[in-house]
Amino acid sequence: MQQAPVQSSLIKQTPSAIYRLWGDRIFLSVVLLLALSIVALTLGLGYYLYLGGSQAINKEGFWGFLTGTTWDPALKLEFGIWPYVLGTLITSFAALLVSFPIALAAAIFTAEYAPRWLAGFINYLVDLMAAVPSVVYGIWGIFVLAPFLREVIYMPTFLWAAEKAPGLVPFLGNPAGYGMFTGVVILSSMIIPFTAALSRDAIALVPAAQREGAYALGATRWEVMQTVILPYARGGIFAGAMLALGRALGETMAVAMVIGNSNVLPYTLFGPASTMPAVIALELKEAVEDLHYSAIIGVGFYLFLIAFIVNVAASYLLNKLKVGSQRA
Amino acid sequence: MRSLQARYTRDRLILIVVIAGTILAALPLTLVLGYALVNGFSSLNWDFFTKGPKPPGELGGGMAPAIVGTLIITGTGLLIATPFGIAAGILLAEYPENKLNPTLRLLSDTLNGMPAVLKGLLAYVLVVKAQGSFSGLSGAVAMAFIMVPIIAKTTESVLKLVPWNIREAGLALGLPRWRVILSLVLPAARAGVVTGLLLATARAAGEAAPLIFTAFGNSLLTYNLLQPMDTLPLRLYAYAISPYEDWHRQAWAAAVVLLGLIVLTSLLARWVTRGR
Repeated sequence: MQQAPVQSSLIKQTPSAIYRLWGDRIFLSVVLLLALSIVALTLGLGYYLYLGGSQAINKEGFWGFLTGTTWDPALKLEFGIWPYVLGTLITSFAALLVSFPIALAAAIFTAEYAPRWLAGFINYLVDLMAAVPSVVYGIWGIFVLAPFLREVIYMPTFLWAAEKAPGLVPFLGNPAGYGMFTGVVILSSMIIPFTAALSRDAIALVPAAQREGAYALGATRWEVMQTVILPYARGGIFAGAMLALGRALGETMAVAMVIGNSNVLPYTLFGPASTMPAVIALELKEAVEDLHYSAIIGVGFYLFLIAFIVNVAASYLLNKLKVGSQRA
Repeated sequence: MRSLQARYTRDRLILIVVIAGTILAALPLTLVLGYALVNGFSSLNWDFFTKGPKPPGELGGGMAPAIVGTLIITGTGLLIATPFGIAAGILLAEYPENKLNPTLRLLSDTLNGMPAVLKGLLAYVLVVKAQGSFSGLSGAVAMAFIMVPIIAKTTESVLKLVPWNIREAGLALGLPRWRVILSLVLPAARAGVVTGLLLATARAAGEAAPLIFTAFGNSLLTYNLLQPMDTLPLRLYAYAISPYEDWHRQAWAAAVVLLGLIVLTSLLARWVTRGR
């Protein structure tokens, strides 16, 4: 006996051809188009900054603009960005040097020593630290950190040098509190979480068998760390440091608020200095001359070049080592 | 080989150094939170949220225009950034065979690390120059540039957490791939995707540098995106470098609000991704 075909309103008709045949293609094209605009945005960032800065860059020459030491938007309209480049490089690398051992210690402690609840709490603090707005660090720097450093470090050192070693005074500079040293201190505190979080991830990726092998051979905790874990996690830790350097290079408000903003070379240890992001943030809205505008955007182009190299290197390493793939 | 005693001593010394480093690492955040609470919490009152700024030197007033501006600018930025970020996340997580993915991932991560002030500069070149004046819209565009790579990253990672069985079940029922993604994978990852959007918003909402020369700041309340607009970080910065005691007090209060926003969103993110 033959059964009649099932009739039900629940069985729908075959979907349209657009749905079956073209749906996937249309969807993928839309997704691809939207996603590729990110690629365009990254490359367009460099292109438009070059375009905007070309007037000043052409006037001074590619290298002349970079190495010129006079930034005079008022009288001579002469633009050399070396003081800003130097300020950015010195503060960023010094901050990396200061923060790296501290961040690594925090990563080692949370990954290997701390009980779970404490490690969880410290990791939360570290992640939170990366999210605190720059201006909040900045207001703390202005009202708490700078006066504190002036009383505790700058004035005593300066007075000591004035009395015992007058030769040092020109290198120390004005101990007002707002200057290069304060900038480095605040920058170091801000980039700790980037190195710390990625180093922690890299340490967590070390295979348990390797650790256990070393322990079984009678190594102490530190010996395991030194001979097995750190060498294995080396790449991820290095990438974390690169990422931190990238953040330091582009950090704007907190530095601008405490560094004193002076482009007069030579810079001194305690005296005021300036950085590339700071000059962009502070001068662009007050610029009047076209050439001044162009020169500021030109500073942005050179900052783009430096930051792009550092960030591409960091991202490449992190993707290759699969470290920090869960982090935004 | 050193004696066993010497090795143990060394081990303990290192532990002390490591603990000292950890304390040093946590110190700045603790101090910033502590000082912000002590200096700012008492200034959080009804006026702060409902009144506009008073002229320089006068006591009182609040940050209502800045709060409204922050909501409008980051909200608009989020609207612009969401389709791009989610599309990139979908492409990276759901189409692993796509040949462009390594490049996209590399450049998206690079963009995420690029200085926010440069993204503001791009918004300045593209929007402010074309429009001829500072505006909330240009600020929103700068915010979107900051948010897109963050959204892409979080979307990719939460989509990857959705079990493959779900996709296979959908495909086995004859659903095309795009329906599987839109009707099965995205709903399953909804909480995570929304958290990513929130994290991106919170991150962008705290930025002042790219807004100084785009949204510019405005002490009057405005809802018009084509006008200069105020935001909390901008107002905080302007007050912090001012010479007035009362403005410093309000700047600290703004810092407390911004910190509260960050803590709330990060707690929410932890709650949503708990147990994973």
